[in-house]
Amino acid sequence: MSAQPVRTEGVGARTTTGSLFQPTRGTLHARRRAANLVAVLLTGVFAAGAILFLIYFVLYVASQGIQFINLGFFTKEPPVGGSTDGGIVTALEGSAVMLVIAALIGIPLGMATGIYLAEFGRGRLADAVRFLVDLLTGLPTIVFGLFIWVLLVAPTRSFSGLAGGMALSIIMIPTVARATEDILRLVPGSIREASVALGGTESRTILRVVVPAARSGIVTGILLALARVAGETAPLLMTALGTNFFVPLDRLNITQQPLDALPLRVFNFTLSPFPVQQHQAFAGALILLLLIMIASFLVRLATGGFRTSGR
Amino acid sequence: MALTPVTAASAARSRGAAWLKQIQIQARRPGDLLFRGTTYLFVAVVLFAVAGVAWVLVTNSWPTITAFGFSFLTNPAFDPVDNIFGVGPAIFGTLVTSAFAILFAVPLGVGAAIFLVDFCPRSLRAPLGFLVDAIAAIPSVVIGLWGLLVMAPWLQQSGEPWLQAHLGFLPFFQGTPHGVGLLAAGLILTVMILPIITAIAREVMLVVPTAQREALLALGATRWEVIRHAVLPFAQVGIFGGAILALGRALGETIAVTMVIGNQASPAGPQLFNTGYTLSSVIANQFGEATPGLFRSAVLEAGLILLIITLITNILARVLIAQLGSNGRFSGTSGRPRSRTPVDVTGPLDIEADGAAPPTQGTIEGTIA
Repeated sequence: MSAQPVRTEGVGARTTTGSLFQPTRGTLHARRRAANLVAVLLTGVFAAGAILFLIYFVLYVASQGIQFINLGFFTKEPPVGGSTDGGIVTALEGSAVMLVIAALIGIPLGMATGIYLAEFGRGRLADAVRFLVDLLTGLPTIVFGLFIWVLLVAPTRSFSGLAGGMALSIIMIPTVARATEDILRLVPGSIREASVALGGTESRTILRVVVPAARSGIVTGILLALARVAGETAPLLMTALGTNFFVPLDRLNITQQPLDALPLRVFNFTLSPFPVQQHQAFAGALILLLLIMIASFLVRLATGGFRTSGR
Repeated sequence: MALTPVTAASAARSRGAAWLKQIQIQARRPGDLLFRGTTYLFVAVVLFAVAGVAWVLVTNSWPTITAFGFSFLTNPAFDPVDNIFGVGPAIFGTLVTSAFAILFAVPLGVGAAIFLVDFCPRSLRAPLGFLVDAIAAIPSVVIGLWGLLVMAPWLQQSGEPWLQAHLGFLPFFQGTPHGVGLLAAGLILTVMILPIITAIAREVMLVVPTAQREALLALGATRWEVIRHAVLPFAQVGIFGGAILALGRALGETIAVTMVIGNQASPAGPQLFNTGYTLSSVIANQFGEATPGLFRSAVLEAGLILLIITLITNILARVLIAQLGSNGRFSGTSGRPRSRTPVDVTGPLDIEADGAAPPTQGTIEGTIA
């Protein structure tokens, strides 16, 4: 449709046609086509540049990190003093623990906010809540770290997994809330009416009919939120701190012990003076990238392929 | 409530509103009250958390606010020994690196968006767009890792000397190349906000009515002219809003910037090779040593200033993007805009599959009674 007229004009490598018209018209025509060509090339270079950078980046991280990925990397404590013998088991455990805490707090709060906005919220208050939730997504995450630091870490004088998980949960809330709201709004009113017509009460309608209908979208939002906070470093720096020592899960005290996390581990490896550990930082980064890729793949799977914002 | 009957979402909303009126009659049941109560309670918790962030930062930075007043914003000293604090260099570094990033990321990002929306072959649009969006999913610390171990050494050995040799007459490119510094931080931020700007520009340009493009095409315009005269004027408010949203992100970015900016105050000047500080890197570097009293208060006031600056930019951005009308709300969470034709909600089928108990005889009777 819209492409057709342009294409007939674009086909014209017919520079000779210019001579058929008055010279002025010919040069104007050529100039306009040249401008078009320049625009295509320039914007194409920008887009290609961004994509090539991504490809280079991922391949570079992979090439630097892959040699350090072996079984020991997943099962050993971080090495001390430039040794190659060590791993990120502390970080894997810590990240898992803190993500679970963040999910336990963030998902109910985020979903409740989303349900409120989509189902109950009307008028000024709802607009205010929606605006605040939107704002939350744009604030620097280190601010939430400071908040938890003042509330939990400074008074007890101990960094902890709980503090880290709580900081992450605040970051999760807006993503989960917005995803929930947007998806619930897409559930047709007729489904709600059907449930009500059959005698479904409000809570039953929402919890057993509307939310399940929107399930895949909500799961998508939760996955995106988890993938996002899994890579957060700054708020964990001042809440969980990071540690070199592995504590088995059954002896782990989430309120009193510092906890490691994957991004924290990458950060600490990077700043290490030993080149070996800087390479291990790439290995950790590769694991982090893989986890996020898996999450994003699951999201794509849930939303049905790569057809989100095509026109 | 103004409804714009444009999208499926708003149509569903209006149907939802009608449904709500009916349901309110039934909302007096204990179960419903419990459900509503819980929901409101959770929302209240979220609101309190938001308010709590602001309250905690203000009250805990009160000592330095009263002790130094506005001089805190300009004072170059951050001196725990003499108990004199100021974040002048940090504010300077924050503004310079973010301005640098915006200056380069906006033209690059909007250009890439134009290509992805209008020039690119139709079948490649979604996959290529996905790849650009994916840059935003790279964790900050991984970008910082690359920035510190790969980009900074390269800048020190090749990039900055080259700039000095060819553009050294400009004040920006004078001084000693350190690798790490304002230039490195600005470049890293450019990479990080580029996908945000591209995503929002794409989304905004897709909202431009097809009729507007077709009208210009019918007049014989080239594709570029269509973009130049029909698409960009329509989309510019939204693109501007997106740029400000990205600015907010750049201002608050912590870990990657902390890794490459050098964390050493230099005298204020236009030299981009200088090392520096940003507000967030001050926090990340100093909170560990911050002893209770003025020192801790200073760190928290840096956080408060950061919060205020980013709040202002974010509010401005939301207002601008909202002006574009439609239901164009942008999450900005991962640089990936909420697609306007989102997930398929496979409605009733899903419900049945999930065994969401078809209401029993009992509940129907209950309702009638």
